[in-house]
Amino acid sequence: MSAVIHEAHDDGHHDGPPAGFKRWLYSTNHKDIGTMYLIFALVMLFLGGAMAMLIRVELFMPGLQIVEPDFYNNLVTDHALIMVFGLVMPAAAGMANWMIPMMIGAPDMALPRMNNMSFWLLPAAAILLVSSMAVQFIPGTGVPVNTGWTLYPPLSVQTGLGMDLLIFSVHLLGISSIMASINIVTTILNMRAPGMPLMKMPLFVWAWLFTGLLLIIIMPVLAGGVTMLLFDRHFGTSFFDAAGGGDPVLFQHLFWFFGHPEVYVLLLPSIGVLGLVIPTFSRKPLFGYKPLVFFMGFLFALGLVVWAHHQYTIGMSLGATTYFMIGTILISIPVGLMIFNFIFTMWRGSMTFETPMLFAIAIILMFSFAGVTGVMLAVVPADLQYHDTYFVVAHFHYALIPGAVFGLYAGVFYWLPKWTGHMYNETHGKIFFWWTTLSFNLTFFPQHFSGLAGMPRRIVDYNIQYIEFNQISSIGGILFGLSHLLFLYIIIKTVKGGEKATDKPWEGAQIGTPGLEWTLPSPPPFHSFTTPPQIK
Amino acid sequence: MSNNPQQSSQQQNAKTVRLMLLIVIGMFGFGFAMVPLYDLLCSVTGLNGSTTGRIQDVSQLTGRVDYNRVITVEFDATNNADLPWEFRPTIKKLDVHPGEIKEVSYFVKNNASHAIVAQAIPGITPWQATSHFNKTECFCFIQQKLEPGEGKEMALRFVIDPDLPKEYKTITLSYTFMDTDRSKLKQNGEMPKLQTSVTGNLPNNNI
Amino acid sequence: MSKSKSFLASISAFLLSVFASPASAEYALNLPEPVAPLTAQMYDLHMLTTKIATIIMVIVIGLVTYAILRFRKSKGFEADQNFHKSAFGTWSWILVPVIVLGIDLTIAGSAIDALNQVEDYSQKNDVTVKVIGSQWKWTYEYMEDDVRVVSNMLSKEEAGEHYLRAVDNPLVLPVGKRIRFLHTASDVLHAWWVPEIVYKKDSIPGYINETWTIIEKEGTYRGQCAENCGTGHAFMPIVVEAVSQDKYDAWMTEKKSAMQVAAAEASSDKTWTLEELMTRGEQVYNTNCVACHQANGEGVPGAFPALKGGPIATGPVEGHIDMVMNGSSKNPVMAAWAGALNDLELAALITYERNAWGNNTGDVIQPSDIKSVRK
Repeated sequence: MSAVIHEAHDDGHHDGPPAGFKRWLYSTNHKDIGTMYLIFALVMLFLGGAMAMLIRVELFMPGLQIVEPDFYNNLVTDHALIMVFGLVMPAAAGMANWMIPMMIGAPDMALPRMNNMSFWLLPAAAILLVSSMAVQFIPGTGVPVNTGWTLYPPLSVQTGLGMDLLIFSVHLLGISSIMASINIVTTILNMRAPGMPLMKMPLFVWAWLFTGLLLIIIMPVLAGGVTMLLFDRHFGTSFFDAAGGGDPVLFQHLFWFFGHPEVYVLLLPSIGVLGLVIPTFSRKPLFGYKPLVFFMGFLFALGLVVWAHHQYTIGMSLGATTYFMIGTILISIPVGLMIFNFIFTMWRGSMTFETPMLFAIAIILMFSFAGVTGVMLAVVPADLQYHDTYFVVAHFHYALIPGAVFGLYAGVFYWLPKWTGHMYNETHGKIFFWWTTLSFNLTFFPQHFSGLAGMPRRIVDYNIQYIEFNQISSIGGILFGLSHLLFLYIIIKTVKGGEKATDKPWEGAQIGTPGLEWTLPSPPPFHSFTTPPQIK
Repeated sequence: MSNNPQQSSQQQNAKTVRLMLLIVIGMFGFGFAMVPLYDLLCSVTGLNGSTTGRIQDVSQLTGRVDYNRVITVEFDATNNADLPWEFRPTIKKLDVHPGEIKEVSYFVKNNASHAIVAQAIPGITPWQATSHFNKTECFCFIQQKLEPGEGKEMALRFVIDPDLPKEYKTITLSYTFMDTDRSKLKQNGEMPKLQTSVTGNLPNNNI
Repeated sequence: MSKSKSFLASISAFLLSVFASPASAEYALNLPEPVAPLTAQMYDLHMLTTKIATIIMVIVIGLVTYAILRFRKSKGFEADQNFHKSAFGTWSWILVPVIVLGIDLTIAGSAIDALNQVEDYSQKNDVTVKVIGSQWKWTYEYMEDDVRVVSNMLSKEEAGEHYLRAVDNPLVLPVGKRIRFLHTASDVLHAWWVPEIVYKKDSIPGYINETWTIIEKEGTYRGQCAENCGTGHAFMPIVVEAVSQDKYDAWMTEKKSAMQVAAAEASSDKTWTLEELMTRGEQVYNTNCVACHQANGEGVPGAFPALKGGPIATGPVEGHIDMVMNGSSKNPVMAAWAGALNDLELAALITYERNAWGNNTGDVIQPSDIKSVRK
């Protein structure tokens, strides 16, 4: 601990960053680490996106076109893991690193050294994850990871070396996000400038407080689950093996105890971003700030106790299914409140439609749609039909792409001027918005229909009756993927130059419960708020 | 509050971090605690239909035989993958009165040329009947070892609790034999790549 | 420029052709029409939630559209800074949840009856079928009749338009009877699902799950394995033939007598000729072995050993019998067939493998040879 104090103290005397690679490798600066998180997420976005596009190309036609069945299911597995652990969580953590200290007037994160370590575990985990996929090309390494990201045994016990690498990768990812969460929660609780009580924090900070706590609760359970899986695979235990008195269904419970709250881990930071973007561009305070915070807490608690709605088909008792059904349907209450509060924030506002706002409005619409299909899926008897079909695939892509990824895009466009000191090109931003949103819908809307018609998930080849919707979906998918080249171009161009951004580039940015980030110059100095700011 | 604000904020941070590390360790432990807890839950409620249902003292059940009720018990057998055993119940079904002790048997024979140790996993459907299905003797209580070519009849003695809710008239009792040598499942190292070229040498895909 | 235009034109032409295609428009937009009471209830529930979902979406889209058309800065609309302090602003946090809760309870309430039906185990069943999922085929056991049907996927040539949803031996069931399915698996998780007649419950090795149905209409119903079971997950179709009771009885009788004949043949002491064994052996081979070792016996290099000229198939007879009956001690993928095949089938199979594809060892293995190995 004393080392940390010393470090923090020392930093106060330097004005600029150290030169060369040491700046990044040894960085304890929240802005630099935030930048690295965001760059890492961007790299993973393209990696996971490339996998998604391979999947869509394969599914363009019935028959085996370009990949083998095991490789296909490995793609499905790694696409999910990369998007969840590589894209959304690091991107959200990157924004937290950048923005939370600046919003609450802290000089840096509470634990800068740990911050460095939690980031640098990620590239290591990513290398393990990629090699878990690559080892299948070495003979003698067994069956590729063809289980899907849920890693259900006994199938995951049958797979080869790739699964072990993947388990280690999940361990590293888990440690990384636990450390990041501890850091963020500690920062939020202890490092606020005098005069910023909890109930005056920007919604993004609240969202991350809940996200961090959720991660601290659920990540160890996943780590425990995959550790048991590793033991079952190599050390002769039978946690999940009926022959030795275990139960394969237990893994599903452990996985979804993590997996369902994980959805809120992905969603909440983006909801936090919306809580800033919508008031800004409506020029009007957030509607119902206190209820939003309260219902986020409700969502946090409810999310922890409804996990088994992912497993209605395993044969649970009537009482258990009824409980999980009603619990799950109740999630629509906090989510519904959020949606309507965002709409009422726009109501009687004075709206302009810059790129972040366009994303925010699209998110409200598309995420509501994910919400209503979510309620459909929660109804047990109907879910016994929907379960494990493309209807589910469509539902969770509607939840996670608008709900998490587009929220992060809104955040990127919202804060890019602050981060870089340059305005992005608004026309390019708008083109990107329309391109991604339309192609996203083209990709995933038809999947509802192929799912209802009976197309199961995770199949490499399908009957000719599903061809139309799959072709539309594939065309949409390719367009959706390509749109991100424009995203990359916009980011690079804005980093390199462009119109100078003012301290407060958005007219409405200080309305409601804003953070202190807009009181700093754009870009902010390497060390900000070294003395606590005074809040009126 | 200490005089040095930085000092106090560091102490505060350390306290928060300690608290959260406790949660992390606690939740990691919780994952493992789920194993016995889940077993307990299942054996109390019969949730997954797989409790052994072993009891010692049946006097309390046999004292209340309900001759007005007939329950059909069906017997079923499954071999897990690659277990070269012949395994079947000697009778398919039996009508019993709740509270009555009945004995049936399963026949099992090892067709392989080496000895195999296997474990029978019991399953009962509907699951609500699980906690009312009591066994005083069952081949599933222990692992069974069969020499090459060895065959035998294995006994199963059971009594159904008269408290079984009235609506259940049929109970299916199923056993799955699984090889206890799980290394067969592992497929590590020497496992060849399971599938083949893109042109489609999949199951029956090639004809 | 013109190139991109023609590309766009071809895409839009394609999209038009897709939406104009009548084949898909008929059924692919919704759950298939149910033919059983319980799936009908599920269908109604699905339609109810779909309607509620549509209404909610209309409300949300309506509100958002109105807001973005009306409350724009470009139209000079000044933001109402006190809107959230109005009476609506003060009470909406309770109003919205109450409305949502009302909708939730409506949906949950209408689901309870179907849920009770799913879990209703008290009725008398006319037919019980045990469905065993294994990598990658389905095995059906008619519990009352002691009949077993193994259902493998048909090749593209045989299946035509139903490829991936067609099998060699469908599950035959009578209409108008209460049918109970017992689900289990022999290796990993699978899920048996035919949307028209019966919903999903997972097949879990070592466990039994139960579903039921009453099929109300004759016909062929198709489905696929729904729970990822590895490499061949996409290649595990399900076909149910629902027929009248008379046809079902006739089919069952035929099946039983065929099984009796087979059993009698297998246990008879008859000495078989090479030709007879070759014909039978080829059938056994094509049902059980062809997926890995291939029709031409050449296997797949690096994955499945060749039988054509292979060391086992042309080596000592004892080694060959041992490999087929007990599986490989080195390679767990090579299954032990002693339990699944009878003496005659094993004898025919091994004879076939030793003489097909130019192996021509001339060895003829009789069922009695197998019997003696079994002891």
